[in-house]
Amino acid sequence: MTSLFQEVSPGAAEETPTRQITVTVNGESRTAVVEPRLVLAHLLRNGLNMTGTHTGCDTSNCGACTVLFDGKPVKSCTMFAVQADGHEVMTVEGLAGPSELHAIQEGFKEEHGLQCGFCTPGMMMASKALLDENPSPSEDEIRWALSGNLCRCTGYQNIVKAVMWAARKLEDQG
Amino acid sequence: MIKLRFASPEMLVDINEIPDLGYHRIDADGSVHVGALCRHADLERSSLLATRQPTMAAAAPLVADPIVRNRGTLVGSLCHADPQGDWASVMVSLDGLVVAQGPRGRRTIAVKELVHGPFQTTLAYDEVVVEAIAPAPKGAPAGGYLKLERRVGDFATVGVAVSVDRTGDEVTRAGIGLTGVGGSTISADDAAQLLVGGPLTSDAIGEAAALAAQAAQPRTDHRGSASYKRHLVSVFTSRILTGLIRSQEEAA
Repeated sequence: MTSLFQEVSPGAAEETPTRQITVTVNGESRTAVVEPRLVLAHLLRNGLNMTGTHTGCDTSNCGACTVLFDGKPVKSCTMFAVQADGHEVMTVEGLAGPSELHAIQEGFKEEHGLQCGFCTPGMMMASKALLDENPSPSEDEIRWALSGNLCRCTGYQNIVKAVMWAARKLEDQG
Repeated sequence: MIKLRFASPEMLVDINEIPDLGYHRIDADGSVHVGALCRHADLERSSLLATRQPTMAAAAPLVADPIVRNRGTLVGSLCHADPQGDWASVMVSLDGLVVAQGPRGRRTIAVKELVHGPFQTTLAYDEVVVEAIAPAPKGAPAGGYLKLERRVGDFATVGVAVSVDRTGDEVTRAGIGLTGVGGSTISADDAAQLLVGGPLTSDAIGEAAALAAQAAQPRTDHRGSASYKRHLVSVFTSRILTGLIRSQEEAA
């Protein structure tokens, strides 16, 4: 069991309520004791040490914290961790193993789909959701799917190219 | 709201796990019923709305952004009572209702009566809205929703919802709701009323657009000046209504 109590709230009073939750993260069942007010992004980052999920704005604007929740992209800064109890979450760490790259990651590398890289995890997870549903999207469809993800470096053109690259690669892989 | 410390509730109850509230359906009389857990994305992809409720169908893809639409709900948007909310204008234009449930049973509240200020509703503390209803149209429903936003997911600079029911050429009912141009969603009743009882003509549209702009109470802010926003209300109202004439002509 991973206890988050200390990590998220070191000075918390004895009476701070907690809940025990079990979430499947990247295929692995994880159990944690959390404050009900803990947001999912912080469970992932601070509790499970999965810092691939970034928190940019904390207000559902930027999309850097995008993860797949039961297969659908959601902004994990705007969900409580307790709401994920009994559900499946996939983060950017779940795309591929440590010594390999998923086609989407490869696409971002090949097409220079990142500059500072802060928005990249969210961009990739939103792209994953798109390609799961629509394996050969048009440029417009990619721009639509990524319209909730902001890139402050304004590298959108190459991000779109990266997703198209990934779509072709995934199609070749069959 | 909680993160920004606008609200600090002692207890939050998550309704997401309550079964059977994710529906939306259209009854035989044409009324649209949307359950409290029906997501924006469900409405965006709805073939029912696409064919039978054009104002709602036009608004669904413009709410927030595609990722937020996977979690957010129409009913949640109405109860949040943000004057920038898209669905409130749409439901106002449709003379929409909500069904509130509490320990004393169920009651129906007109969307126009639900909100009495920014983020404030007439719901009792022990009531939740379980369903929103767009009543049966009084004729063939037509309409649209237009919004200006600086980027996808930003608050609306201005949004306009128009709903027009027609029997033949004659407008039998009309509603116009304005987003983001007042302390709460505005129902442009005079503008809508002017359209009822006759066919849509360019003169009537011009007058309705001017009345809608008069009904707006915009404020100058970083999204635009008050006069610019008022102008947009007129342009959007006119654009939606003119589009209805055009599609009627194309159908004929």
